[in-house]
Amino acid sequence: MNRKYQPVIGLEIHVELKTKSKMFCQCKADYFNEKPNSNTCPVCLGLPGALPVPNKKAIDWTILIGKALNCTINNQSKFDRKHYFYPDLPKGYQISQYDEPIASKGKFRVQNLEFRITRVHLEEDTAKLIHAGNDTLVNFNRSGVPLVEIVTEPDFDNSDDVKKFLEELQVIIRYLGVSDADMERGTMRLEPNISVKLKVKNEKLRVDDLPKYKVEVKNINSFRFVKQAIDYEIIRQIELLEKGETPKQETRGFDEKKVITYSQRSKEEAHDYRYFPEPDIPPMTFDGQYLDKIFRQIPELPQAKIQRYVKDFKIKEQDAFIITRIPTLAVFFESVIPNLKSQTCLPARQVSKLNLKIQNYEQNLANIIINKKISTNLSPSEFTQKVLSLSKPKKTNLKLLDTLINRLIEVNQKTVEDYKKGKQNALMFLVGQVMKEMKGKADAKIVIERLRIKLH
Amino acid sequence: MDLLGKSVLDLKQLISKKEISADELFKYFHKRIINHDQKLKAFITVLNYEKNNNDGELSGIPISLKDNYSTKKIRTTASAKVLDNYIPPYNATVTQKLLDAGICLQGKTNMDAWAHGSSTETSDYGATRNPWDINRAPGGSSGGAAAAVSAYLSPAAIGSETAGSIRLPAAWSGVIGLKPTYGRVSRYGVIAMGSSFDCPGPITLTVEDAALILKVIAGHDKYDATTSPIAVDDYQTEIKKPRQHMSIGIADEYFEGLEDSLKQKISDSIKVLEKLGHKIKKISLIPPKYAISVYTILQRAEVSSNLSRYDGIRYANDRTYFGAEAKRRIMLGTYTLSYGYYDAFYKKAQKVRTLIIEDFNRAFKDVDVIVAPTTPITALKLGEFEKYPFFGEVMDILNEPAAVAGIPAISIPAGLDKNNLPVGLQIMGKHFDEKTILNLAYQFEKETDFFGVIKRGVKNYE
Repeated sequence: MNRKYQPVIGLEIHVELKTKSKMFCQCKADYFNEKPNSNTCPVCLGLPGALPVPNKKAIDWTILIGKALNCTINNQSKFDRKHYFYPDLPKGYQISQYDEPIASKGKFRVQNLEFRITRVHLEEDTAKLIHAGNDTLVNFNRSGVPLVEIVTEPDFDNSDDVKKFLEELQVIIRYLGVSDADMERGTMRLEPNISVKLKVKNEKLRVDDLPKYKVEVKNINSFRFVKQAIDYEIIRQIELLEKGETPKQETRGFDEKKVITYSQRSKEEAHDYRYFPEPDIPPMTFDGQYLDKIFRQIPELPQAKIQRYVKDFKIKEQDAFIITRIPTLAVFFESVIPNLKSQTCLPARQVSKLNLKIQNYEQNLANIIINKKISTNLSPSEFTQKVLSLSKPKKTNLKLLDTLINRLIEVNQKTVEDYKKGKQNALMFLVGQVMKEMKGKADAKIVIERLRIKLH
Repeated sequence: MDLLGKSVLDLKQLISKKEISADELFKYFHKRIINHDQKLKAFITVLNYEKNNNDGELSGIPISLKDNYSTKKIRTTASAKVLDNYIPPYNATVTQKLLDAGICLQGKTNMDAWAHGSSTETSDYGATRNPWDINRAPGGSSGGAAAAVSAYLSPAAIGSETAGSIRLPAAWSGVIGLKPTYGRVSRYGVIAMGSSFDCPGPITLTVEDAALILKVIAGHDKYDATTSPIAVDDYQTEIKKPRQHMSIGIADEYFEGLEDSLKQKISDSIKVLEKLGHKIKKISLIPPKYAISVYTILQRAEVSSNLSRYDGIRYANDRTYFGAEAKRRIMLGTYTLSYGYYDAFYKKAQKVRTLIIEDFNRAFKDVDVIVAPTTPITALKLGEFEKYPFFGEVMDILNEPAAVAGIPAISIPAGLDKNNLPVGLQIMGKHFDEKTILNLAYQFEKETDFFGVIKRGVKNYE
């Protein structure tokens, strides 16, 4: 990348909540595989006279997301009408939140980087348009599904950080259990805003430094594509700037096959959505007691989990990271530990018969899970049984073993002497050598036994 | 049997004593509609008898609904051609409650298109005529409902009010119109006009009928987040409680620019209230003209938003079918909500709205009710509204403060003016204190029989 320039990237993320019912009516929020327009009612069809009644669960869950992103949860909040004409919007306005979002001013740490969260607000999803030849069909099954919008400050300057941030965000959302946050199904959608400015030496990015334009990229349905789209945009914009041009403020789409972005519509004139407070829904007030009750529902999040695993279980941070990526996996991991430990007859060493050398239950378990040696689709007790059965001592070719031991003793005289001087490490080295030669097909207990006899 | 002019309560008794069947009763009114509605044009849709097996407070009572109430499988147009053949797949909460209470739906009454107006002349289906003088407007926007009750085509009708649309036509047509507290009656299924003002309410021949119907339609609704959980009073019992020594507030600000003979009738009525043992107290309120500005700005903003769903993709007709008044309102509302104007108009209006609410709250610390004329003049000739820009807003000047504040108010006949046209007196009350305004209206009715106005109105259509 051209060192003269610094990318400025902000994100808008939409997450569909998996509440039982839609945002403002009783229709199911889960619309997948439903017959088109079967999951509708007067409210989500926007029929004359129909009124929205907000879904309390969706509000609570938005508070949860806000809190998990370290936002301030505003004691006062309200819904607003955002007006625009589009066939997927049956009322001619979307019920959203304008100047009093549920949560604002947060920050989110990803590894050692911190990004500011501008706001988290709640709105309703639109219907889905299907273009078929010259016709456009409207499917209202999705209309009115609760949708949370998360907006970040333009704190990113490269696509790798964006990807890391989004992956972490996805994990958090899944931990909270409020959405599947599935990119392919569209329950998580990303819109990066990208611009590029001249780098100023020794000066931190300031808001008033922001470029006069920004380009929004839509229709991105994987984290990889987000990275590709951002990288493409940065290069495209720098090329324009190098030519002395200012890139156009616009919305662009992403073509995954060609790995390029393309112009969709010009955003030079800011849209006038004519926001005003939704008169059909009274403003909301949340008192401290109410919020505390919701905050208590926040489970231990991956960052904390990783720290705890490293501290309490003494497992590698990288392994803890992998295990905590999927909330159900972390739960599984933790539920198997007491099961395994209760098998007191089983020494730690025996678990290590699964080609694992570390004498640490948890780390061994972590390795088994990470390397997918045993399926985690089993119940914790089934899983434990499987571990035990695999841990049974292996049949050892004693003849081969003796031959090998004799040869190794000859080759490693120095080590043998160390052992005789009382160095236990020396014995373990020889065990390792033997196991290697036997390609793991030996019971370590027997190997140790035979070695001791021979070394006397 | 001579049924003419019988109240809902009377008819209820006849039905329960089996002196008349629901079918016969329905046909009686149906025939009256056939006979008189050619001239009055109170109805847009007239229905045939359909048996209602529900046994409730209004079993077998024929009632008409304003055409902005969604009625399942029955055309609902809000008198707007845009919705010419719109047939709702669901019932408004009020519709459902009435059906559950056993009513037989007579049909849908005419109104100003989208309820935009105060004369019923903006209806895309032609103006309704005032039963007292068919060259005059019945008032609006619930003009069809008021005319239907006034000429006894319906023993009672359901109207709706955003600011005066029940009270004004009730006053001009010489009947009773009750606008409940905002949030007392569900708006679910009522085609929205000004969402933060809209109130469904009854138009009736007697105060007790209004009490009875309010009881049926009021209450919290899980489909309307703006309805109140406050318990609904038993209004029929409440109105009969002897309540003397009420403190009645009179504000000079509501007596400016009144036509003389109208003013006289109002003064006479106030004397009646005094005679009944109540105390008249002079109070001062924010001049109603400020409510006009507040109401106009907020309501137009809401209208422009509420009408955006009629984008030409769904429903009968596209946007070219919007009438002039709807277009004017969309334009003005869109303007006031536009970027850069919001603070100057909408936000400021909201602030003044708060002041008006506080003003009423302050006044109600000293008085139980506030009494004022419903309108500054009586029914105008058809076509006169064109002479007035913001006709409705000016005619409803005395209705708008209560609408802006969301307080309940009832308009009752207070005699006839020099042209023999009905004069309306309104009683405004505290939030959710419908029982008190109904109680006072009931006392007034017992004392004066409304000077024979209601009976005379009905008699004109024997």
